[in-house]
Amino acid sequence: MSAQDVLLRTGRFLRRSAATSGDLHTLRLAGGTEGDAFYRDRWSHDKVVRSTHGVNCTGSCSWKVYVKDGIITWETQETDYPSVGPDRPEYEPRGCPRGAAFSWYTYSPTRIRYPYARGVLVEMYAEARERLGDPVAAWAEVTGDPEKRRAYQRARGRGGLVRVSWDLAAEMVAAAHVHTISAYGPDRIAGFSPIPAMSMVSHAIGSRFVSLLGGTMLSFYDWYADLPVASPQVFGDQTDVPESADWWDAAYLMMWGSNVPVTRTPDAHWMAEARYRGQKVVVVSPDFSDAAKFADEFLSVRPGTDGALAMAMGHVLLKEFFVERDTPSFTGYVKRFTDLPFLVRLERRDGRHVPGRFLTARDLGLQEEAAEWKTVLLSRNGRPVVPNGSAGFRWSESGKGRWNLDLGTDPKLTVMDDWSQAAEVLLPRFDGGEPVVRGVPVTRINGHLVTTVYDLLLAQYGVRRPGLPGDWPEGYEDAARPYTPAWQEPITGVPAERAARLAREFARTAEATGGRCMIIMGAGAAQWFHGDTIYRAFLSLLLLTGCQGRNGGGWAHYVGQEKCRPLAGWGVLASAADWVRPARMVPGTPFWYLHTGQWRYDRFDAGELASPVGPGVFRGRRTADLVAEAVRNGWMPMAPAFDRNPLELGEAADPVAYTREELRAGRLRYAAENPEDPRNWPRVLTLWRSNLFGSSAKGNEYFLHHLLGATSNLEHPDPEAASGKLDLLVTLDFRMTSSTVFSDVVLPAATWYEKHDLSSTDMHPFVHAFNPAISPPWETRTDFAAFHTIARAFSDLARERLGVRRDVVATAHQHDTPSELSHDREPALHVVERDYGAVAEQLAALGPLTERLGLPVKGVTFRPDEEVAWLGVRCGLVPRGVAKGRPELDTDAKACEAILALSGASNGRLAVQGFRELAERTGTDLSGLADEGHRIVFSDTQARPVHVSTSPEWSGKESPGRRYAPFTINVEHGKPWHTLTGRMHFFLDHDWMHEYGEALPVYRPPLDLAALFGESGRLRYLTPHSKWSIHSEYQDNLLMLSLSRGGPSIWMSDEDAARLGVADNDWVEAVNRNGVVVARAIVSHRMPPGTVYMYHAQDRLIDVPLSEATGRRGGIHNALTRVLIKPTHLIGGHAQLSYGFNYFGPTGNQRDELTTIRRRSQEVRY
Amino acid sequence: MRIMAQIAMVMNLDKCIGCHTCSVTCKQTWTNRPGVEYVWFNNVETRPGQGYPRRYEDQDRWRGGWTLDRKGRLQLRAGGRLRKLLTIFANPLLPSIQDYYEPWTYDYENLTRAPLSADVPVAPPRSLLSNQPTKIEWSANWDDDLGGDPSPDPVLAQVSEQVRLSFEEAYMFYLPRICEHCLNPSCVASCPSGALYKREEDGIVLVDQDRCRGWRMCVTGCPYKKVYFNHRTGKAEKCTFCFPRVEVGLPTVCSETCVGRLRYIGVLLYDADRVAEAAATPDERDLYEAQLDLFADPHDPVVAAAAQAAGLPAEWLEAARRSPVYDLVKRYRIALPLHPEYRTLPMVWYVPPLSPVVDALAGTGHDGEDAVNLFAAIDALRIPVSYLAGLFTAGDPAPVTAALRKLAAMRSYMRAVNLGRPPVLPPEAGMSEEDLAAMYRLLALAKYDERYVI
Repeated sequence: MSAQDVLLRTGRFLRRSAATSGDLHTLRLAGGTEGDAFYRDRWSHDKVVRSTHGVNCTGSCSWKVYVKDGIITWETQETDYPSVGPDRPEYEPRGCPRGAAFSWYTYSPTRIRYPYARGVLVEMYAEARERLGDPVAAWAEVTGDPEKRRAYQRARGRGGLVRVSWDLAAEMVAAAHVHTISAYGPDRIAGFSPIPAMSMVSHAIGSRFVSLLGGTMLSFYDWYADLPVASPQVFGDQTDVPESADWWDAAYLMMWGSNVPVTRTPDAHWMAEARYRGQKVVVVSPDFSDAAKFADEFLSVRPGTDGALAMAMGHVLLKEFFVERDTPSFTGYVKRFTDLPFLVRLERRDGRHVPGRFLTARDLGLQEEAAEWKTVLLSRNGRPVVPNGSAGFRWSESGKGRWNLDLGTDPKLTVMDDWSQAAEVLLPRFDGGEPVVRGVPVTRINGHLVTTVYDLLLAQYGVRRPGLPGDWPEGYEDAARPYTPAWQEPITGVPAERAARLAREFARTAEATGGRCMIIMGAGAAQWFHGDTIYRAFLSLLLLTGCQGRNGGGWAHYVGQEKCRPLAGWGVLASAADWVRPARMVPGTPFWYLHTGQWRYDRFDAGELASPVGPGVFRGRRTADLVAEAVRNGWMPMAPAFDRNPLELGEAADPVAYTREELRAGRLRYAAENPEDPRNWPRVLTLWRSNLFGSSAKGNEYFLHHLLGATSNLEHPDPEAASGKLDLLVTLDFRMTSSTVFSDVVLPAATWYEKHDLSSTDMHPFVHAFNPAISPPWETRTDFAAFHTIARAFSDLARERLGVRRDVVATAHQHDTPSELSHDREPALHVVERDYGAVAEQLAALGPLTERLGLPVKGVTFRPDEEVAWLGVRCGLVPRGVAKGRPELDTDAKACEAILALSGASNGRLAVQGFRELAERTGTDLSGLADEGHRIVFSDTQARPVHVSTSPEWSGKESPGRRYAPFTINVEHGKPWHTLTGRMHFFLDHDWMHEYGEALPVYRPPLDLAALFGESGRLRYLTPHSKWSIHSEYQDNLLMLSLSRGGPSIWMSDEDAARLGVADNDWVEAVNRNGVVVARAIVSHRMPPGTVYMYHAQDRLIDVPLSEATGRRGGIHNALTRVLIKPTHLIGGHAQLSYGFNYFGPTGNQRDELTTIRRRSQEVRY
Repeated sequence: MRIMAQIAMVMNLDKCIGCHTCSVTCKQTWTNRPGVEYVWFNNVETRPGQGYPRRYEDQDRWRGGWTLDRKGRLQLRAGGRLRKLLTIFANPLLPSIQDYYEPWTYDYENLTRAPLSADVPVAPPRSLLSNQPTKIEWSANWDDDLGGDPSPDPVLAQVSEQVRLSFEEAYMFYLPRICEHCLNPSCVASCPSGALYKREEDGIVLVDQDRCRGWRMCVTGCPYKKVYFNHRTGKAEKCTFCFPRVEVGLPTVCSETCVGRLRYIGVLLYDADRVAEAAATPDERDLYEAQLDLFADPHDPVVAAAAQAAGLPAEWLEAARRSPVYDLVKRYRIALPLHPEYRTLPMVWYVPPLSPVVDALAGTGHDGEDAVNLFAAIDALRIPVSYLAGLFTAGDPAPVTAALRKLAAMRSYMRAVNLGRPPVLPPEAGMSEEDLAAMYRLLALAKYDERYVI
């Protein structure tokens, strides 16, 4: 025995209640729990409250918030989601590290505890208020005096915020609103708050206030570039995707431009688990991403070239599964559910032909109602047939009972037969070659030379059939001609053989499983200028293989696509449609494009990017001209609408006739035609649930300079453009962001653990509640309470000064309404009466239009008469005033109750009624889709997440026994898509689509910025979603900063770093013509050379030093990006190519950008 | 035979998405307080990578765990107890705070309080230790997603045949770590005050805060560096296996909040009399088998009787019978211990990550979905088997390959079922169809009440 053992053995006897193991290695202490009272005490708590995080994220995770001694301590996930079946994994637990770090904010030093306002502004306002004795006059003077105006605008973003009382803050905001409405018009007031689903009431209350005034709500989904424009183009739907539990049903899963573990953290387990079910997983991404770790195959594709790979896969698929052999399950599907059998007219151009419009009933000489919107196909015996289901049947009286997918015949996919002739068609290509000439079989109908979409598609994809003339690829190895596997290899970097093999595997799996192949597609593919073409190439793969509308199959677009499941109820509250209709809802991208002066920097011809075989309608024009044309045509709404106060137009005896006459006479102009005119500026902007200036503002420096009049990093701002348009920027938030530091007034918001609200998502089928764990601390208020405060202050000031007014509202041809089939080329005009003194009362009560006009949702109308009566009993009735006898909505909990009562997804009675109305139109039996007895009330959602039910608000079927997949109602019940043909579209026949050469799926490479803008940067600058934040939320959170690099960072490959002399963690500066970013480098071999990532939404407030290039604070990730409008997104009045808020509109795409990076001095100054 | 019960954990690395939710919920619950700002009872490492604290696996430097002396007897690598006692006032062999990381915060107050200035207010970083402005140079997760240079990874150094750190051959996976609650804990043996102890009833290793004198020998002794020094209280702290939760039947915070659903908690029965013998197994590559051998089959009547004799409550025995940990560790043998060569007999085990497999095959032109091809490809994984063996089996590739084969066989079998083809289970998988079905249920469906049996 050694000396040490002797010591130990002796020691044993000196110790009480402890046993030492025989080998002396272990000390065992029975009942040792007393010794650790510290941990036991730390675990104890007084209550646990269910809530969630109203951040712009699709998680919609239910959380337990722990409270001890009235203090929020921490949070862990709830695990009580209803089961989705015994044979599959469950949703528990949902959450991610960001959500888990949330409670840090509650008591953090970045918490906004009191109202603040810019000191210079407060001083000037208080002085004028004192002198003039009137808030509105004071506001008019301060903003009207150029020097005073300049003084506070220049101070934006430079500190000097002072604490003010809620009364003063509300008075200033109210005065600004009253003055703006009176001097310029209500549509000069704008509100921006994204993604209602993440906290429906908090969104709706502000949007409701803005809409009651006649102010403008700005869209976000398209602005974020999260809207996949291909979805309205192909499906006639905004975005409808499977819940993540449906990944489990997929037999083949491609993750394409989507980093699921990072961006869909709580859902990623479905992917990991489905692999154990034998699911094959393929990841396509430029970098070796977190998702690639799970892949059976990882394909590194060059950024922005994904479309080329998809086109080549489509080539293989068409050749091997359509032309070389018939695959009955595929052809049967495309005949019934896509536009492939429909006939297209060919037009002469340059001695050859180009595709024109769909052949319609009118072209057949039929005189019936809406004949020009009824498309035609060939019956089995070759006769033209006008099948049911096209848009012409949707809105016409005679179409009643015929808007369905009954073909009445087995249509021919091709016009090719032994006697058919061929025509040479010119097809554009954009990868550097001349247009190709390829033959399609043709026939002549009623004098029109026609072919089918299918025939055009084969020509476009370069799939040769014997007997057709033209320039065709020799085989898969032909690299010179699109779209062969060999052609894509030098573009994408993916070996030709792999592209072909993947296509084959994909199709074979789809064939074997009845369409259970899924493509999860994301921002990496969507957010390019030509992202819609990339997506259409993806969707083609799914449509051709019959995967759409199937459980476990189809597209799964997961980028900012939150689903506000109780849609109708939220919609009526948010647009104040219970009191006034219509609301002003304007697409964000063109709004910012015009009002931040970015349009002035597009110095190239709008025809520059057009097709060489297009009609040439863009030539000689600028993109801003096309925006103005879209507004004039009534394709897109814009704010302001006119260069005059719409209340002034409302003073005419017949405001609509007067407005039309003034327009015709040229005395009244569209504001979009001259965004620099001070009469046409937006004047007041309110942000809540949003950090526009630290996150989504593409062209951030242009925003700062032109919109705010603040100092920016713009090297050469256009001296002729306006600077400092906004009179007032207000932000409600609970933490400091770029938006708050640039705001004139900052209001302290309650956090998500301090209020009632509702949350839902498309990733799971549940609705669940926010509940207050504590009351809003310090002087913070919920968004609900804050807007009521503002509304009361506003109404008090407005009652006398504004009174009751008539407002002329211009709206665009609206999708899912009869106006989507309009030949008018002007906006519709409506007169809306506004009782400005009653806004606060209206805000707090459910108005009478709810049941009087019903709730329109996607072409059907809910009639909630019983529900309004129920709400009156549940919530109480307003005792007096303009809302006398109406249900009260004076608390956030009552607003939750109203949203659930007025939506089909949460109220089976409305869903059944909606389906009954829909069935009258389709003439088919839709009973049984919804259950009249299904009903969710607010307390249900407080108890645990509750399953929603099938409703006409959405396209898929769902129930506790059925996972949600989109378009299952269409496929299983023959209900048409909301498109021109009523089917999913490969072909888009609008003139502007032809002008851009995108009538058919096509490959378009990333923009050549050197040619367009003279950009000298060479590194591809991408801004994917971050692992450590949800947009700008959490990127300032100490826990997230501790787990990441603790400040702004740019990922680059080890090769690029070596070339630039940059070591890991070195300070670098990234510059281009738009701005400058200062960050630290993360050098990694998982990055492909030539591409750098600056993860999204790293705000300028944390650890951002002064730039060496400009001497000023470095910018946010969007300092290097800017808005680029794609004209085809402006099209309107053409069935699915019609405006809808967040449904269709130009995207704020930002991935085509380049930068130059250099190592800077490592001595940084702040 | 002396049967004792241990509450243990298995983490399925094949499912880990590296999200760090576990780290955050653990930190929020236990260590977001002064003195332990730098402490993460639970952390997640990207591998290859240096880890936290930096290069903790380099025992030549840190001298954690056990070795065998010339007589083949177990001895703390940092030196015997006498040596410890004699040098108790000297600085123990510890990672410096820079090896963990110097915790920081930011001047957030500037954002609201900044007076009217020349530029946008900003919150620069400030050390939480010195309260001075700082540049952030290292953190608990510095090499996240292969950021920086992973080549100092001590395990990588052992994978001598090929070090693949190029874009074309990039690979990574995540390794979440908590205290191993070892059967033969070197931290406990290192403590001069007897403050560290292993709980009799469930084997959780704890620090008695009343007894701890802050000698920090436990920090040295733990080869996983999972005992931390609270610089405010001057005492050691460590993962408690959330004993206040486990005692009332709740899983640990890190487990319940794991959104990858990759953690399993269950009871293992083992023969306490043979612990020292197993830990002293001469060849370190045999340690895995030796430790497996300690685990008693709860369905065995002899074991049940012994457990009863040892005073084990009946419900513990029942829990042991339903233990997912027992199934994954012993029955299917797909979970492996982390660094068995440290001889501490760790009780947090890992299912090695399988993917991507077919990717490697695609280059060879084989059909990657064929089971036979899959087996052949396991040696061609993007993640080298030798690297996994360096982590889990003291370098022996055989147990790793066997585990991966089972995972591959399950996928291949289930794919056939999924596509409506007749499934085939190759004998090389080394398991029955019944076991495959049960394993599938545990790994794929992973229902809450089957993940956590406490």
